[in-house]
Amino acid sequence: MTADATVATSAALLHVDGLVKHFPVRSGLLGRAAQHVHAVCGVSFDVGQGETLGLVGESGCGKSTTARLLLGLLPATAGTVRFAGTDVLTARSKALRALRRRLQMVFQDPYASLDPQMTVGASIAEALRIHHQYRGTGRARVQELMSMVELDPDDIGRYPHQFSGGQRQRIGIARALALEPDLLVLDEPISSLDVSIQAGVINLLADLQERLGVAYVFIAHDLSVIRHISHRVVVMYLGKLVETGTREAVFGRPSHPYTQALLSAMPSANPLTERARTRIVLPGDVPSPLDPPSGCRFRTRCWKAQEICAVEEPALVDRGQGHPVACHFAEAPASPDGTTPDGVSPDVAGR
Amino acid sequence: MTAPGEPLLSVDDLHVRFRTDHGVVKAADGVSFAIWPDEVVGIVGESGSGKTVTALSVLRLLPATAEVTGAVTFGGRDLLTLPEADLRAVRGDRIALIFQDALAAMNPLHRVGRQVAEAIRVHHSETSRGDAARRAVELLGLVGIPTPEERARQFPQEFSGGMRQRAMIAMAMANDPDVLIADEPTTALDVTTQAQVLEVLKDVRRRTHSALVLITHDFGVVAGVADRVVVMYAGKVVESGTVEEVLLHPAHPYTKGLLASMPTLDREEERLARIPGQPPSLIDVPSGCAFHPRCPYAQLPDPCASALPELRPSPGAAADGHRSACHFSDRLVESG
Repeated sequence: MTADATVATSAALLHVDGLVKHFPVRSGLLGRAAQHVHAVCGVSFDVGQGETLGLVGESGCGKSTTARLLLGLLPATAGTVRFAGTDVLTARSKALRALRRRLQMVFQDPYASLDPQMTVGASIAEALRIHHQYRGTGRARVQELMSMVELDPDDIGRYPHQFSGGQRQRIGIARALALEPDLLVLDEPISSLDVSIQAGVINLLADLQERLGVAYVFIAHDLSVIRHISHRVVVMYLGKLVETGTREAVFGRPSHPYTQALLSAMPSANPLTERARTRIVLPGDVPSPLDPPSGCRFRTRCWKAQEICAVEEPALVDRGQGHPVACHFAEAPASPDGTTPDGVSPDVAGR
Repeated sequence: MTAPGEPLLSVDDLHVRFRTDHGVVKAADGVSFAIWPDEVVGIVGESGSGKTVTALSVLRLLPATAEVTGAVTFGGRDLLTLPEADLRAVRGDRIALIFQDALAAMNPLHRVGRQVAEAIRVHHSETSRGDAARRAVELLGLVGIPTPEERARQFPQEFSGGMRQRAMIAMAMANDPDVLIADEPTTALDVTTQAQVLEVLKDVRRRTHSALVLITHDFGVVAGVADRVVVMYAGKVVESGTVEEVLLHPAHPYTKGLLASMPTLDREEERLARIPGQPPSLIDVPSGCAFHPRCPYAQLPDPCASALPELRPSPGAAADGHRSACHFSDRLVESG
């Protein structure tokens, strides 16, 4: 489980290379683009068959924009997204339709993403109809999907408002699975749910992956959820990929100062752990993506920053940590400080 | 961690009901807790547990449609029956509130500095405008806002989420209150910003010694900040005690289930322990113990579906110590 995360393998289902997205900010009478929001800036990663890639970062890091780019829902400024050999960004009509069947999305807000005037059955069946798979066995298939996500198939005629948040998110998952996709992009799928029902949805996603072999790009801001569900992890900051590797590598040997700060900021429900630790508190705010800092984008908040950080952008390479990190001064903590032990790496004792 | 002497603020048998077309919503159903000087009490619960309603009723900030009974004792007086003019003297001065959504809580048309100064002058009209403005800048500096003189001249929407939350803390602290009530103060923030704001809250408290009622759904936030915890479910307090008691030795199946269901950074588990079912509707709360339909320990129908478990000391705890409202809390504590 120490495989290098960014090496492109022929088995990769999704191959993302140098993905860039700039949003023009128009102003003035002629509406000329005076500035650009640099939302995603040269992001590359792979997703293998049946695996979960966790994409983590805070507001404005570009994770949701990345999700939309992967699905071809937004045009990219530069870069490529290849899904099973087809270029998602340039695919048109027929090829795009075929792609959409195999590449699906689950949204954060289960209240906004379902049509309130459509029954649950009709919502789930919609994709089947569009792809001419409903006729005949359609209804049975919808009920099968409902059972698969642990909903009562007899509720097929009910409307979204008759379901709770957790149930609605299950409906969203059933919809996304209707066409038997190879990859689901899940954008913060549990963050709007109550704590007591999050675990059920996480377990369901794990079960479905085991049964169907579907791959996930799982986007979240919660590191403990990412750690629980992912095989590999990508950490983003201000449009850039700062660290990537297997779950064991990133959580066992977090090496980018931002990853370390993110892990350190995660509150633990154990009061003894909380009292014992010194937290890394970052100064200031995330800089504006309209005018990101030169060199390393994290340098304005980084305790390790030196002159070189403002001049030269650090490449995302392995500097001896065993996984790629975009920091001139990357180093894994010598001994985990209570916020990072992973329990998997042989030199770290789990609790 | 219970201090001796009189509590600073105590809520006793608080009931909050809303009449709706669908029935009566029992948003708070016999809630009691107290807070002592210089103490942090965390109130933890999910949406619909009654935690926010409880906080708002302390200062009578609920809409007029709410039927509130019980008592909220502060400084020897019942805030629920205090004349409005007397209450206004308490609100924002002796007891201040911090809301989740700072943008909605601030006036978009007024500069931040003016809003902080206003919070002072409302209660201390003897303070001159100039003094209040200077004090506002000082307060903004205290909560870690860089270049406070410049920032004071900006509007709330020019602030980032974290900076806005700091400004709200500055406003709440303006009159050096005895009690600060913070309703999900960091929920809308990113995790590194949350860490910053919690640091500011702790730092401010070290200076002022205000007591803090921290309302949150996040046990992690409570573990790092609170001395004692009150856990709410379906409008009732189901467990209370010190953070160590409640988070390390939970004596109610709901608390225990929630703690077990959250993935952590230091535990390895194939599957998360999940609490089955959904939180109940507050119009139609299950009989007996409201948690019984979701509880792995429930014995049905008796006693769990028929008798309401009282909030009583858990085995071995002092009368004013760790309490749990479960018929079988003794077994829970044994099983660890």
